[in-house]
Amino acid sequence: MSFLTVLYALLFYTATALFIVGLAYKIRQYATTPAPLKIPTTPAPTTTSGVVLRMAREVVLFESLFKSNKWIWIFGWMFHVSLALVILRHFRYFQESVWPLIVFIQPFGMYAGFFMVLGLLGLWVRRIFVERIRYITSPSDHLMLALLVGIGFSGLMMKFVEHTDIVAVKAFFLGLMRFDLQPLPTDAPLLIHLGLVALLLIIFPFSKLLHAPGVFFSPTRNQVDNPRERRHLAPWAAELDK
Amino acid sequence: MAAAKFDTPNMREYPSIPALQPDATAHLKSFPAAPDHNTFLGFPGELVENWQDKAIEKMGDLLGKYRGFRVFMDACVKCGSCTDKCHYFQGTSDPKNMPVARQDLLRSVYRRHFTLAGKYLPWLVGARDLTREVLDEWYNYFHQCSQCRRCSVFCPYGIDTAEVSMAAREIMDSIGYGQKYCNEILGKVQKVGNNLGLPGPALEATLEEFAEEISDETGCDVKIPLDVEGADVLLITPSADFFAEPHIDGLMGYAKVFHAAGISWTVSTYASEAANFSMFIGSYSNMKKVAERIRKAAIDLKVKRIVVGECGHAWRVAYSFWNTLTGVGSGADDPYAQQLQKQLDHSYPIPQHICELTWDLIQQNKLTFDKSGNDHRTVTFHDSCNVARATRMGTEPGGQFDIPRNVIKAVCNNYVDMDPDTIREVTYCCGGGGGLLTDDLMELRVKGALPRMEALKRVIDEDKVNAMAAICAICKAQFAKVMPYYGIPMDTIVSLHQLVKDAIILPGQGEEKAEPAAEATE
Ligand code: HEM
Ligand code: SF4
Ligand code: SF4
Repeated sequence: MSFLTVLYALLFYTATALFIVGLAYKIRQYATTPAPLKIPTTPAPTTTSGVVLRMAREVVLFESLFKSNKWIWIFGWMFHVSLALVILRHFRYFQESVWPLIVFIQPFGMYAGFFMVLGLLGLWVRRIFVERIRYITSPSDHLMLALLVGIGFSGLMMKFVEHTDIVAVKAFFLGLMRFDLQPLPTDAPLLIHLGLVALLLIIFPFSKLLHAPGVFFSPTRNQVDNPRERRHLAPWAAELDK
Repeated sequence: MAAAKFDTPNMREYPSIPALQPDATAHLKSFPAAPDHNTFLGFPGELVENWQDKAIEKMGDLLGKYRGFRVFMDACVKCGSCTDKCHYFQGTSDPKNMPVARQDLLRSVYRRHFTLAGKYLPWLVGARDLTREVLDEWYNYFHQCSQCRRCSVFCPYGIDTAEVSMAAREIMDSIGYGQKYCNEILGKVQKVGNNLGLPGPALEATLEEFAEEISDETGCDVKIPLDVEGADVLLITPSADFFAEPHIDGLMGYAKVFHAAGISWTVSTYASEAANFSMFIGSYSNMKKVAERIRKAAIDLKVKRIVVGECGHAWRVAYSFWNTLTGVGSGADDPYAQQLQKQLDHSYPIPQHICELTWDLIQQNKLTFDKSGNDHRTVTFHDSCNVARATRMGTEPGGQFDIPRNVIKAVCNNYVDMDPDTIREVTYCCGGGGGLLTDDLMELRVKGALPRMEALKRVIDEDKVNAMAAICAICKAQFAKVMPYYGIPMDTIVSLHQLVKDAIILPGQGEEKAEPAAEATE
């Protein structure tokens, strides 16, 4: 077994563990922190099903962003939808027999790679040239975009320029899942691609990528507008009634 | 007040986003509170010795108590969506008045102390230590946010800068760095019963005077009852309604509505204030204490309904928080809240907004109007930020926009809306909300009013609007003060129930129309 295979195997085990544990920790933290007051941004739905719909519109369509700024929306939405397709497309590397849905989206997922990078570049251009966004940008914001563009670009390289042995790659990942190491091809684009993905997994729970779980816990978006009808009381606030 | 001179911003022809002018309002600092203002509210009188540690400790405490604060600190992706949405940014061009930049003043310290990246790689994620400069920056810029929530409408995660600035003020209070305007007023309301510090006898005399004025005008025997035990309705209204213009005309409007509908009602001396500035400083415990005065008044006076007068943040506290804080509402299953809720009549919304009450009566044909009473006016409506984005009226989402407009249209013949990008859900703040309605922030208030003034000016020029109705005591006071800076007459701002007052016909009114007013009152 080559040194690189072992290294990447360890890297992915570590990254996955950090991703899962870190994310679970943050989600637990969000879930267990009370929201003592009713603060939905109104007009807000008055029923739970209404809130589910509002949240779905936020997560799937980026409704608030759409209201705000069509440029950020178009690039941001393009990037995220493409990312979702690309992630789904990657499922085939982890499934012995691939689900029909995953097979179905393969061609879309292929082009999604382009749109993902395009969306990211659009966001990056704005980050550099729009004065207001430049002002609020830290180095980490550029690096995050660089990381994602790097992942997308190296992936596209493999797809369209310098094919890698995807049968072997699939064997490597299926092997990882069964704790049965299989050799990983060693071409540069693949190693770069996988290295960056592992890095993304690691930083996910420690970075602004927490917006993904965070949005579901945002009280201004996930609360039902019914404060007059139901008494809403956090445990620490209930203590003050005594 | 020897405030520095400043220029009123020019109205822009088209809404355009200003180029950044760093530190344009860095000098604007509202007066800090005196020690006894702070201590009365349970805060240290002056900046404590180890304030850095205490501030971080408090931040940790709030992160554990408020999920919103926690999520908002983590979730921002710096997308820029909110950057151009704040009226203070539009009016001052100071980049730190961009909502995300305002949050970042606090977030940078959060990252330094509560995140791994900020601890080890502060330069990478823009993390900062809490220095004296940072603290002063907090003080200045978190008192340049009117907590209007306009930014939260446009943030893809609903990050609400109002919540962040409340947390920041709570942290500053906890280390003895409170703001004079809010903390002094919070003392008055808890000692005297209203923000103004108007004692019972003075209030009684004032209300009698208003009642007489209405009676003289209408020839009907209209009362503004005070501390009447067993009345059906307890009216909780901002104390500005007792002394300021155009607020007083609104109060007279409520009185006429109650009279015309034959509803027995009362004002309370003990709880003669709807405003609850504790919200502005993010203090849950003070907010509960102030709200408990209303609970006590309701129990003591044995009322069945509680109606809230025209006030934006007060309606937010009443609508969204009273049930939580004190059980003024419905649907509680705990003894503390049930004690009060058993006494209340739940066939009405509890609490009910005065616009809901009036609209309800209009729909039931219980009120008679002569709309020509407002024919000298062409009216527009300013949605107050807290009403628009933090509450509801009626049963449908958006009732907070439609019900006030419905009332206006029921009493006026001439109504037009301002530019759709400046009303309803995306309305602009008046520029004086959130604890900023103080002379020491005049420059900020004038500049922050810019987007509203532009929209108003357009309907003045194009549609001959000469009255802008509002349902918020702060909006009314702010507009009366800043409109002259923009060349708009200050009496353009009116109370919504002032329009009701000028059109309503009381039962029996006008039956002796030919008689001189003095005789008619006999
Ligand atoms: C529930 C799932 C998610 C939702 C609802 C969501 C939503 C959003 C929205 C609305 C934005 C702002 C607009 C923009 O700049 O694109 C954004 C930004 C961003 N998202 Fe997501 N996202 C999700 C998942 C993810 C995931 C899984 C990743 C990466 C692995 C990601 C990476 C990013 C990045 C890097 C940005 C910032 C782009 C910039 O720098 O301008 N998001 N997200
Ligand atoms: S809450 Fe209002 S005043 Fe505060 S930052 Fe947001 S838009 Fe500006
Ligand atoms: S809109 Fe929300 S996520 Fe975007 S920069 Fe503003 S606060 Fe951050």
